[in-house]
Amino acid sequence: MNTYDHLTDLRKDLLDGKFSCMDWVNRHIEKIENHKDLNLFVEIFYQEARDRASVLDQKIKQGNAGKLAGLIVGIKDNICYKGQGLSAGSKMLENFQSLFSATVVERLLAEDAIIIGRLNCDEFAMGSSNETSFYGPAKNPIDPTKVPGGSSGGSAAAVAAGLCQATLGSDTGGSIRQPASFCGIYGLKPTYGRVSRHGLIAFASSFDQIGPMARSSEDLAAVLEVISGSDEYDATASQSSVDDYTSQMKANGKYRIALLKETIDNEGLDPEIADHIRKQVENLRKAGHKVEEVSFPYLDYLVPIYYLIATAEASSNLARYDGVHYGHRSPHAHDLESIYKLSRKEGFGTEVKRRIILGTFVLSSGYYDAYYGTAQKARKLITEKMQLLTNKYDFIMSPTSPGTAFGIGEKREDPIQMYLEDIFTVMANISGMPAISVPSGTHSNGLPFGIQFTAGNFQEGKLLDMARQIK
Amino acid sequence: MVSIKEKYEAIIGLEIHVQLKTKTKAYSSDGVSFGGKPNTHVSPISLGHPGTLPFLNRETINSAIKLGLACGCEIRYENQFARKNYFYADLPKGYQITQDKTPICNGGSVLIKDNEGNDKTIRLTRIHMEEDSGKSIHDLDPDYSLIDLNRAGTPLLEIVSEADFRNGVEAYNYLNEMRKLVRYLDISDGNMEEGSLRCDVNVSIRPWGREEFGTKVEVKNLNSFRHVQKAIDFEIQRQYDLIEGGEIVIQQTRSFDPVKGETFLLRVKEDAQEYRYFPEPDLPPVYVDDAHKEKIRTQLPELPKSRLDRYMNELQLSEYDSRILTETKEVAEYFDKLYAKAPSAKSAANFILGYLKAYLNENALEVTDFPISPETAAEVLLMIEQGKISHTIANQKLLPELLKNPEGNPGEIAEKNNWIQLGDEGQLMEWAKAALEAYPEKVEEFRGGKKGLMGLFMGEVMKASRGKADPKKTSALLNKLLNQ
Repeated sequence: MNTYDHLTDLRKDLLDGKFSCMDWVNRHIEKIENHKDLNLFVEIFYQEARDRASVLDQKIKQGNAGKLAGLIVGIKDNICYKGQGLSAGSKMLENFQSLFSATVVERLLAEDAIIIGRLNCDEFAMGSSNETSFYGPAKNPIDPTKVPGGSSGGSAAAVAAGLCQATLGSDTGGSIRQPASFCGIYGLKPTYGRVSRHGLIAFASSFDQIGPMARSSEDLAAVLEVISGSDEYDATASQSSVDDYTSQMKANGKYRIALLKETIDNEGLDPEIADHIRKQVENLRKAGHKVEEVSFPYLDYLVPIYYLIATAEASSNLARYDGVHYGHRSPHAHDLESIYKLSRKEGFGTEVKRRIILGTFVLSSGYYDAYYGTAQKARKLITEKMQLLTNKYDFIMSPTSPGTAFGIGEKREDPIQMYLEDIFTVMANISGMPAISVPSGTHSNGLPFGIQFTAGNFQEGKLLDMARQIK
Repeated sequence: MVSIKEKYEAIIGLEIHVQLKTKTKAYSSDGVSFGGKPNTHVSPISLGHPGTLPFLNRETINSAIKLGLACGCEIRYENQFARKNYFYADLPKGYQITQDKTPICNGGSVLIKDNEGNDKTIRLTRIHMEEDSGKSIHDLDPDYSLIDLNRAGTPLLEIVSEADFRNGVEAYNYLNEMRKLVRYLDISDGNMEEGSLRCDVNVSIRPWGREEFGTKVEVKNLNSFRHVQKAIDFEIQRQYDLIEGGEIVIQQTRSFDPVKGETFLLRVKEDAQEYRYFPEPDLPPVYVDDAHKEKIRTQLPELPKSRLDRYMNELQLSEYDSRILTETKEVAEYFDKLYAKAPSAKSAANFILGYLKAYLNENALEVTDFPISPETAAEVLLMIEQGKISHTIANQKLLPELLKNPEGNPGEIAEKNNWIQLGDEGQLMEWAKAALEAYPEKVEEFRGGKKGLMGLFMGEVMKASRGKADPKKTSALLNKLLNQ
């Protein structure tokens, strides 16, 4: 039993009876336990995974196994699974259990995926290194002294380490793509509204999207097809029909690509990555794609726009964690006000508090127009500019992240440096467009890094075709 | 002494919250009902559990459009929702979904009676949609406040009036109109005691002729229309006494003590509340196009005002009668069905204001519980009109019989019980003559001016006919004979 980079190969062996689902699950559980030092899993769903495996073995025999039969999936610890723990990497929800399953979980289970556990992440998905987790940092399997990226650090690392076939992450400002880049795997942030957010713990509602992470673009497509689509429980989920990504990604299209000048000329970008991307551009041209350098003089505005709006929404979304109805309640509280103050003081970590305070400030009367109002206007402008670009080009190309995985603890004390990790990724969240990080090279430091393609809304099929063509 | 009225003008505005009668909550699919055990009508959504999202209840929007159209408001095309952020124990999400800058209805008005009985137009500022909070109960447990979240997330309309009221009576009349309206539209129970209609008032006074407003005081926790009226009148007097006593009115929120009939201080507003409103990112805007608006318009029932006009102008009923008939949609609908078949609108109105109302009052019933159908009642009225039965027989015998047996045919019942009165002139003439012949000296006295003796002669005829003589015809015959 090897690891499989393609679900189709795994499925073939399972259906041919080379091994059972139960063997497959047990093998993974063993592997997960052997990698406990990486601190990737918050919880392993032993019983559920084995129960499903035994049901699946029956189904395989009967010949009615679902599309994702045998796919071992881990979910980020901010996605609800009925009856299971759910903490968003926070002490606030340390002992919380979800009363319902996220739509994405329901859809995975309906197609016979096996959900094997929940994965470490930054607290309430706020962070770019997985270091803000209440459970401690997840480690990069390629070099355990490095971070796996964040906030979906556990999700990226579990795929890279072969502990899961695919995982679900969530991406608010780059939280799927940056860790995918750091761990050398594929990660896709779908178009805003493509995947239901019902059952995703909200960080910034107008940016949040759940997306797949895997070792191949084909597996991304397989998972995305299953989890996408309209949902009566999410009013922002798109009504448009879901494409057949698996077929679309075999189009072998020749594409027009805009390489954003300001990203590869960015002084924060690791020069080796810049050189690599230039070489990739040549490869793409040789392969028949048309790549042009295009100026996008708004890059420096993106991170501020993103953080103003995201923290504003977060300050409101996290108001419900108040110690009254569920979650951490301070044992020292003696009245309503002290329940609020002490429970939130004890339950939230520093980064979460920082963002709540920032978001509360930008929504305050007297500051609203200057900060939140201006950011919304700028968001609209950026979106329009990006729409112009994606009308003219199939893709916007850039590095995923300014560098490779950094050392644990290296940027922890410098929030601004940490926020700049998002400089190339937030544009997709600001505009709502889909974007993918494709593993593209290995740095001289031995660490992988990805390149990012962003496409027009609902062009996930094309993005996956592009990703498949990258060697 | 100069009265308040001569010296000061009171400026009063009302904010009404109407709980809608939708089957499910505003932004979740939980059931809505009054009086369930605490915390039984809840779900992860109304509990604000992690990962839940609101979703939109179309009924809420349609109810808002109905009320807006009924009040002549402008209906907004693009409707955004907003979050109003504040911490309270009965607000599980830490914010309330409401509308801030884009209320679904703007402007509009409601016609009421002022305290002198004249028509007065109350302008509306806005009507917007929002969700209710839960309930905090502070007086059931000595150590803890208890929270009931059944109500959390139920849809509300907030109706904000301009400060067009000048006294408590006007506010009372407005609440009455508004309740009538929401009940006609069938969007709310409009029940203040059960909390499906709630009202906060803002009161200030200023010397006559001054442009600038006095300091505003808000009064909350008003549980009946009378309390609203009393609280306003008390507040006007209190503020007058303060100002006349050389003090100033401080901006504050007060509550009302119905036992003492007084308002009392809840809290002094130090600063404007900081609610950090911002557009609700979980709900996309809702668009109300003209086609949808017109569709709703065609579904509107006839409204109280137009019914009132119709009864007064077309049916020539008095304003008093018309008002009572239009008080509720159900009574008005009963009346419409009744008068369509009754001999006249007036006879139909009299039946409702008399017999029917008395019956409902005695038995504490609603008109919808009245057993006799308007069609059957109309037959009874026709029988009276045609002289087949007397009023007395109808009220004392036939209608009580029909109450017991609503499916019965009034004509057959009267026939069977021998209640049909005699209208045969030959027979009546015989009895009339016999009655006069029995009392020759009384006949003389009558002719001499003692007109009260008519009762005696009538009684004789009735006796002879065993009560079945048509009194109208009998009296005409007797008069004829006596005046010969």
